[in-house]
Amino acid sequence: MYRYIVKRILLMIPTLFGAAALVFFLMRLIPGDICVIRLGSGGTSFTEQALAACHAEIGFDKPLWLQFVNFVWGFCRLDLGTSMWSGKPVAYEIAARFPVSLEIAILATIIAVIIAIPLGTISALKQNSSTDLVVRTFAIAGIAAPSFWLGIISLLVVLDLTQIFLGKPWMPPIDYVPLWQDPLRSLSIVILPAVTIGYRYSAVAMRMTRSAMLEVLREDYIRTARAKGLINRIIVNRHALKNAMLPVVTVIGIEFAFLVGGLVVTEQVFNLNGVGRLLVQAVQNQDYTLTQAIVMLIVTISVLSNLVVDVLYAWLDPRIRFA
Amino acid sequence: MGLRLFTLEMAVIAALAAMPAAAQEEGAKYGGTLTYMIPADAPPSFDGHREGTFALIHTAAPFYSVLVRVNPYNPGSTTDIVCDLCTAMPQPTDDGKTWTFKIREGVKFHNGDPLIAADIAASLNAIAFPAKDVLSPRSDNFMMVKDIAAPDSTTVVIHLKFATSAFWPALANPFNWIYEKKILDKDPHWYEKNIMGSGPFKFAGYEVGQSIKGVRNPDYYHKGLPYLDGFVGINAPKQAVQLDAIRADRAAVEFRGYPPTAIGQLKQQLDGQITVQQSDWNCGSAVWFNHKKKPFDDVRVRRALTLAIDRWGSAPGLSRIANVHTVGSIVFPGSPLAPSKAQLQTLAGFWPDIEKSRAEARRLLKEAGAEGLSFELLNRDIDQPYKYNGTWLVDQWSKIGAHVTQHVVPTGPWFAAFRSGDFAVGLGGNCQSIVNPPIDLQTWLPRSVSMANYGYYDDQKEIDLYEKMLHEPDLAKQRADMWDFVKWLTDDQAHIAFLLWWNRLVPLRSYVNGWKISPSHYLNQDLSTIWLSPPHCGKCADEPPPKPAG
Repeated sequence: MYRYIVKRILLMIPTLFGAAALVFFLMRLIPGDICVIRLGSGGTSFTEQALAACHAEIGFDKPLWLQFVNFVWGFCRLDLGTSMWSGKPVAYEIAARFPVSLEIAILATIIAVIIAIPLGTISALKQNSSTDLVVRTFAIAGIAAPSFWLGIISLLVVLDLTQIFLGKPWMPPIDYVPLWQDPLRSLSIVILPAVTIGYRYSAVAMRMTRSAMLEVLREDYIRTARAKGLINRIIVNRHALKNAMLPVVTVIGIEFAFLVGGLVVTEQVFNLNGVGRLLVQAVQNQDYTLTQAIVMLIVTISVLSNLVVDVLYAWLDPRIRFA
Repeated sequence: MGLRLFTLEMAVIAALAAMPAAAQEEGAKYGGTLTYMIPADAPPSFDGHREGTFALIHTAAPFYSVLVRVNPYNPGSTTDIVCDLCTAMPQPTDDGKTWTFKIREGVKFHNGDPLIAADIAASLNAIAFPAKDVLSPRSDNFMMVKDIAAPDSTTVVIHLKFATSAFWPALANPFNWIYEKKILDKDPHWYEKNIMGSGPFKFAGYEVGQSIKGVRNPDYYHKGLPYLDGFVGINAPKQAVQLDAIRADRAAVEFRGYPPTAIGQLKQQLDGQITVQQSDWNCGSAVWFNHKKKPFDDVRVRRALTLAIDRWGSAPGLSRIANVHTVGSIVFPGSPLAPSKAQLQTLAGFWPDIEKSRAEARRLLKEAGAEGLSFELLNRDIDQPYKYNGTWLVDQWSKIGAHVTQHVVPTGPWFAAFRSGDFAVGLGGNCQSIVNPPIDLQTWLPRSVSMANYGYYDDQKEIDLYEKMLHEPDLAKQRADMWDFVKWLTDDQAHIAFLLWWNRLVPLRSYVNGWKISPSHYLNQDLSTIWLSPPHCGKCADEPPPKPAG
């Protein structure tokens, strides 16, 4: 098992290096200049001296290869550098946004798992019944409806319903407080986005659970269990579900990694100051160092969650670790 | 003394005399916390001397003082400038080239240190004459300033190279925050990451990219101000979030402004619970013709394209859906330097008879061999007012047979195309803070002078006309010079096609009082005059709270 994990960790290195090279050079292909955006975003005039001073300040005068080496070397030492836009350490910028993204990602994952696994299982057990039809419709709607649209609609529904029933429109607070400071307020802020994201997330996992369960339920060992006279609950919970969880765990892992940095639009809709919104700002401002750091953070989380999934695979199915 | 006082300064002094001695507004209540939306992400830094974004003003202006400012009780005026840290508006000497300011005594920075004239001189010097490694994008605004000195602790003397009406608005720029000299001397970059001023509110907390908090400064030098116990500014770049927050009373106001459709929706949803203030905005849209690209090097083509635009006829309809409103020249409509309507109607594109104007446009295109002209309009991927203006222009130009398509790109590539000259016709604009036409229209100066000129032309006559206007101390003569400049730029040469002035519409929950709209979302943002009606003011006292012991 240790060798398996070490092999997986070593495979992360070329993946991360490839991602670093890709994000570094792709960012520089985007036309534009952070200093021009900063100095003249409102349409105001500025001098060439001011522009040169700005360029010198953020280190644009260094050769490209040196910038790349500095970036990779910094990343190896966990030094993400300084934001070109704010002048603050990138680690500080990300740390300020990470709790909200993480909280939503965890909450959305919990909501998704709570919805997806029971409904997916029921749907498989009652294949082609009216219950199955309802569950599948629910799942397809979740995949079809973009979460930002769901977010906007859910906010409007809350506002309109409270106006109708309470006589005064209400919406959750919009200035985030961390869970450890004020749990109730924190949850009231993140619950709507977590539900809207969790719904889409659950729809994907639900369909995966259903198809995996259908496949497992047709396996010989399930038939054997039934022939042995085991009760259905034990067959489903102990034998079928555990084996059907392999692809579901994969989906959950991939989605979780996406949620930490990929809630770009949902964070905007709910005014959540998360990593996704920071990434959009960084790209818009052409803040290379910040964009690179966030992308590398997302890549690292993806790679690590894949590692966790692989380890879980090996735990769920011993054949994998010996392969 | 042989010096002709500028009409501008006379207006200033008259306004100062008219101001009530006590700052307190009748019926105003003390207490409460104002929550407002900042419609932007976090500003790059906290340093007002180096940044240009309104996001910083809306975040940190309440913490700082300035030497002079636009009158907070009359911010709609383009000439009413009053003292903040000085005791009285000075009289000039030396033919308008020397200004001596007496500074208030007893003013304290929030760290308890006294604020003296040396702090003011050091701050203004840092803006006007920045050190080599210090960024000061507005140093050009002080091109008329020779030196700034503090001969004693209560006196600041500013010597000018030449007398000009552009000096006062430059001095009253809302970014000219007064920093402590001791700190600036030690580290000129300290204020980029820290807040410490002498304004009506003290810094109380900041969540990066999310919110800023301030609490009442009990030692504020304007007696009786501020009214609020504190404020919370919440960053929310998305308009839908801002509007929802105002609707649900999570925020009481957003100070930048909204398009008319959004205002209409809010009014409908919050019937009687909201007030809206309106003003012309010191931002104007314009079309850049790249003179390096044919046929836009031909003045006949440029004139034809500006003649085709029906500004008078379109403004009423366009203003219902977009944040544009007033027909005007490149000079802000409320300014004493702005041309009259009669003058305006003689400029290409401003003729009252649009059919006659378009007939002339067609004739010019034919004469230039550019009939059926086809080109791409570079535009910015921002709805208000860029895309609205772009769509409008495509329609207007089609009326003279031009086939135009819009090329809409994000801000970065939009700037990049302008700066590289890789466009033929582009939609841009000019957005300024305090109304200061001689300085504001530097954007339109030829490329050899203004790097922000994307027409890529040089024109010595335009520069000469500008210099003449800038150096003219007599306002009436300066207005005539300004007209010559405007006519040359937008009519004779049609270097640019100026469109419409923007419209500022600010919604406030009806319990928010004491704030007045100005022509710029940069002005009047120190929040000191704002007060809340009961019950939002908490204890709602009639008197300011007593100073805390110690």
